[in-house]
Amino acid sequence: MPLDTYKFHDIIHRCFRCGYCKFPTNWMDVNNCPPYARFRMEPYSCGGRLWLTRAWLNEIIDWSNHLAEILYSCTTCRNCEIKCPLGFNVDIVNMVVAARGEMVEQGKLPPAVKKFLENIDLYGNPYGNARSKRGAWMEGAPIEQYDGQEYLYYVGCTGSYDTRAQNSSKTLGILLDKAGVSFGVLGSEENCDGNEVEKLGEAGLFEVLAEDNMARFNDLGVKKIITLSPHAYNAMKNLYPRLGGNFQVFHYTQILLELIKAGKLDLSKGFNAKTAYHDPCYLGRWNGQYETPRELLETVPSLKLIEMEKNRDGALCCGGGAGNFEIDLLGGSESSPARRRVREAAALGANVLAVACPKCLIMLEDAVKSEELEDTLAVKDIVEIVAGACCT
Amino acid sequence: MYALPFDENRCLNCQGADCLVKCQYIEIDRDRAREEMVRIARGEDSPVLRECVTCYGCEEYCPMGNHPFYLIAEKQEALGIPPVPGPLVRRAVNLGLPFRGEPQIREINGPVLNMAAFSELTPLIQGKLFEGLPVISTDGRKMFHYFCQLMYLHYAKSSVIKERLPGVIATIMRHRPTEVICFHDECYGTYTSYCPGVGIDVPFTPVHFFEYLYNRLSELKDLIRPVGLKVVYQRPCSSRLSPGKHRFVNKIFRLIGADEVEREFVDENALCCGGTIQGQRKEGSRKRSAAIQRKNIEDMKKAGAEICVFNCPACLQTLGGMVAREGIRPVYMSDLCRLAIGETPSGWR
Amino acid sequence: MKSIYEALVGIVDGEHVSDRPEELYIYSFDLGTAQPQRPDYVVAPRTTQQVQDIVRLANREKIPVVPLGGGLSLAGLAVPLKGGILVDLKRMDSIIEVNEKGRYAVLECGVSQAQLTSYLARNHPGLTHSEPGAPPTATITGNVMIHGQGDLSQPYGFNSDLVNGLEVVLPTGEVCRFGSCAIGASWFTNHPLPDVGLFFGWCGTTGIVTRLSIRLYPAKPIRGVGQFVVENEELVPEIMEKITRTQMAEDIIAYSRAIPPFGMGLQHFTVNIAADSEKELEFKQELIWDDALGEYIRRGDGGYLGFTRGLERPQISKTSDYKKGGGFEYVGGIMPIETYPRCYRSGREISERHGIPYTVTGRCIGVGHSMMFAWTYAFNRADPETIRQAREALHETDDLVLELGGVIWKPGTYGQRLIMERLDPGTRTLMKRIKEVLDPGGIMNPGNWEGI
Repeated sequence: MPLDTYKFHDIIHRCFRCGYCKFPTNWMDVNNCPPYARFRMEPYSCGGRLWLTRAWLNEIIDWSNHLAEILYSCTTCRNCEIKCPLGFNVDIVNMVVAARGEMVEQGKLPPAVKKFLENIDLYGNPYGNARSKRGAWMEGAPIEQYDGQEYLYYVGCTGSYDTRAQNSSKTLGILLDKAGVSFGVLGSEENCDGNEVEKLGEAGLFEVLAEDNMARFNDLGVKKIITLSPHAYNAMKNLYPRLGGNFQVFHYTQILLELIKAGKLDLSKGFNAKTAYHDPCYLGRWNGQYETPRELLETVPSLKLIEMEKNRDGALCCGGGAGNFEIDLLGGSESSPARRRVREAAALGANVLAVACPKCLIMLEDAVKSEELEDTLAVKDIVEIVAGACCT
Repeated sequence: MYALPFDENRCLNCQGADCLVKCQYIEIDRDRAREEMVRIARGEDSPVLRECVTCYGCEEYCPMGNHPFYLIAEKQEALGIPPVPGPLVRRAVNLGLPFRGEPQIREINGPVLNMAAFSELTPLIQGKLFEGLPVISTDGRKMFHYFCQLMYLHYAKSSVIKERLPGVIATIMRHRPTEVICFHDECYGTYTSYCPGVGIDVPFTPVHFFEYLYNRLSELKDLIRPVGLKVVYQRPCSSRLSPGKHRFVNKIFRLIGADEVEREFVDENALCCGGTIQGQRKEGSRKRSAAIQRKNIEDMKKAGAEICVFNCPACLQTLGGMVAREGIRPVYMSDLCRLAIGETPSGWR
Repeated sequence: MKSIYEALVGIVDGEHVSDRPEELYIYSFDLGTAQPQRPDYVVAPRTTQQVQDIVRLANREKIPVVPLGGGLSLAGLAVPLKGGILVDLKRMDSIIEVNEKGRYAVLECGVSQAQLTSYLARNHPGLTHSEPGAPPTATITGNVMIHGQGDLSQPYGFNSDLVNGLEVVLPTGEVCRFGSCAIGASWFTNHPLPDVGLFFGWCGTTGIVTRLSIRLYPAKPIRGVGQFVVENEELVPEIMEKITRTQMAEDIIAYSRAIPPFGMGLQHFTVNIAADSEKELEFKQELIWDDALGEYIRRGDGGYLGFTRGLERPQISKTSDYKKGGGFEYVGGIMPIETYPRCYRSGREISERHGIPYTVTGRCIGVGHSMMFAWTYAFNRADPETIRQAREALHETDDLVLELGGVIWKPGTYGQRLIMERLDPGTRTLMKRIKEVLDPGGIMNPGNWEGI
């Protein structure tokens, strides 16, 4: 594609590669851009990606799998947009996504990305698991199929299929039930939310997924949605409305906080641990929800909330965004963002690293294992912490 | 051309010469005060032209309906004795020149809020108090098309005001407003005091921001929960041009349950924020400005203020950090009002 | 026999060596107007030993080695003019030691300005370093190596004057240490051993610095910027002289620029003032604004614009976006301060002739011994014509620096040629001999100081 038909042709050259985008808010290191932190070579920096994109579109360099991997290694964590001081900063991630869109268009994708998208297209999840198994996670739990209840509890692919994340999904269902919330799930009728698909540049497939979901929600009369994953929260809250979606969307942390405030959950058992909270990008930087999860954790008796230096809009991404929890272009090294992140929590003296996203959960738990920190640091979903503190 | 029809006979017949006798920055007795004003009116030099800190106070003090401060500014310009050094004058005069294209004009045909040269402060005009109110001058690159220019009184550049102001009014009129709510009360002073004073026609009805806030709060009365904070108010120089609207400060405080603590430098006796004084040519101006600021803030502290309420962004810029360092929180009036109706103003933690 | 690529992988690892087009493309650029030139290999070592092994390999293979720090010199100094191995040193980014009492920090060569600023603020709030005001990714070592300046250069001199010790990998692969660390003592001073100033200003042609010790200074809790403005550029040198004489200021900068238009034609000063107490702050302000500059205010020639608390560190620079085009480059001249008026007028004239809004800045160095005067030219990276214009303006400005009796700071190849033409023959011969002794294979950043 010639550069002039690229959506951002009039701004992509404005990146100077000054490197502000590599830093967290407190400037402590250059490791807050996940791919750059992982590889520490300039092509993997935000500026490197933009310059390479421009060079590719200008036909100065050819497409290669390596080029595509550099582009797909961006987790769309949005740290760059927070730090870049220039006027075009709001479009940095969009520029990467548009370049990926062009690769999708040309059918030139890294195999793992291709597989990820194919699986979602065929099976409604990136893992290639059977659609019929999507509801298996709720076996034995007091969770009903959605049938006009007040809330639809949307679980998402990771929460449905990943064995570790399933514990979060199930625990949330049990807690909602305990608090008397009127809710139901779609089980095997649920489809992928499409957030990652959109960020991987597959706009067409995203539209199909979004429209399929919205049609189902509308047929069932869904008005309010609780999501387990910040990624689904982002898709349904910010992307679906562009296609006509009109739902009230909540991340589960918002709902749990309200339930606790209303006295619907009794946390008097407490949770005795020095706990650091890891901000998920799609709750934090994408949706400005920094305080709700913290407030929620602070309601838990005996829990001591401590802050990592990289927090809120300066948090380091776990490295799992934009499909990387499965595509895994950033894994396999002690420089992987997830491993850097758990080392930060451990160095702070945290016993528990609390997360609010199933993708962060699996990424960081794997990292704890790789770092051999299992004896000192546990990764827990906030919902697990709340459930642990809850009197039965 | 526009001119200030100053009537020196009114000064000659004035008993009190309050314009200068009440001035907080010039020591002068009644007889000399009258004498100096007449000399100034006749175009003669006067120490007052050099001593004036341009606080606008005399505009309020004058009981005769003259415009002593406008006169002082005109004569400072005519005699070539600007209160600030030349480079500051040049910088300021150039500051008000629009240079980034023409504004986008949207016809409103109704009341409108004019942000004037404070486009970047649109975070202040959020929430229920401003719902449904069309706003003009929201683009920081174009805001000087809406800039009332009155600031140039501080620079003895009345000529610049007269030259540019009709164009600014014309720009505002292209939006076809009926009432123009002035975010900054210097704009309000411009359109209700300066323009009539020098004969510039104002084809819309200016509305003072605080009057608007008061009326909106009255409509939203059910939402008001008394804020119960001890407040003081930093009155800006431009408020001297519309003393009749100053009462809305008090009315708003009463309405939202803010406890306006008693202090010395209040109402007519208010002190300048010092922003304009620190750079003046008169020897010792920087120290003088700092001393005034200290006196002002000490007075706030003595009164037990928790909050210093600001009207003018320039005052806040000058004094905000200083009051904050003394443990008094600087807050815009509109933000305090938003707090009273249960909203969280931007930047309020 | 192993290929160079395989040998590099053997020295570092597979992830930090590349000969693929993507890496070679990105590392071919300087961010200014210099023509890009692709290296043959890119390598990002983590240790001094790895740097040594890379340099030895390059000697064996007779292939150039180009060291790269933040890559922000804007003068093309790390463009691999003759290809070869580009060594990205930013992975070597450990802060090894901060000595509170001796006021110095020992750093690996890849530590960035913002990293040290942040580290000191969080761990040693009583200390600070001389930060250049470059983008935050600029490295401490890179800045020192090019005789950079910072916001403490006014009282203490060039940042290269603030070095307490160095560890250098020589072009032949040996490691040398300089300063007190050379005799096994701590890295607390660069004196008083025999002087071997072989590395600063050599544009990476005499070795690769892998560690250095840099002096730190008291960070006073109150820091802020006062501003002053005059219309007549002829007044700038005497005002600089008066402010420096008070010895009450940290950074002193005079600047003038076309955008925003309200400042056009005016000369603004920013004066950094630091204090431990309000009393100290007022004392310093009184000496500067009232006593030293009061006469200008009273005469109406100079205006005090106020004092703003807080220092933006690292600074946020938007210069590259002036033309909404992602590029700028400047010529920095180390100039006698009395040349300020001519620097300003000529710079403005050159800019206007090339259709570029003018931006000139003079930063005082060493209590007024000199200033770094920067003529900045923005360009649009997507418009080759604006790049050409900026390059022409830059070359004209290089000529101007020498014409006005200054020295070109961090010269690119054009400026290097101008300097060599004028260089004292004895000095030139000595430099040539030093270069031959240190780098017999001529592998270090060739194309720079070529033909010395």
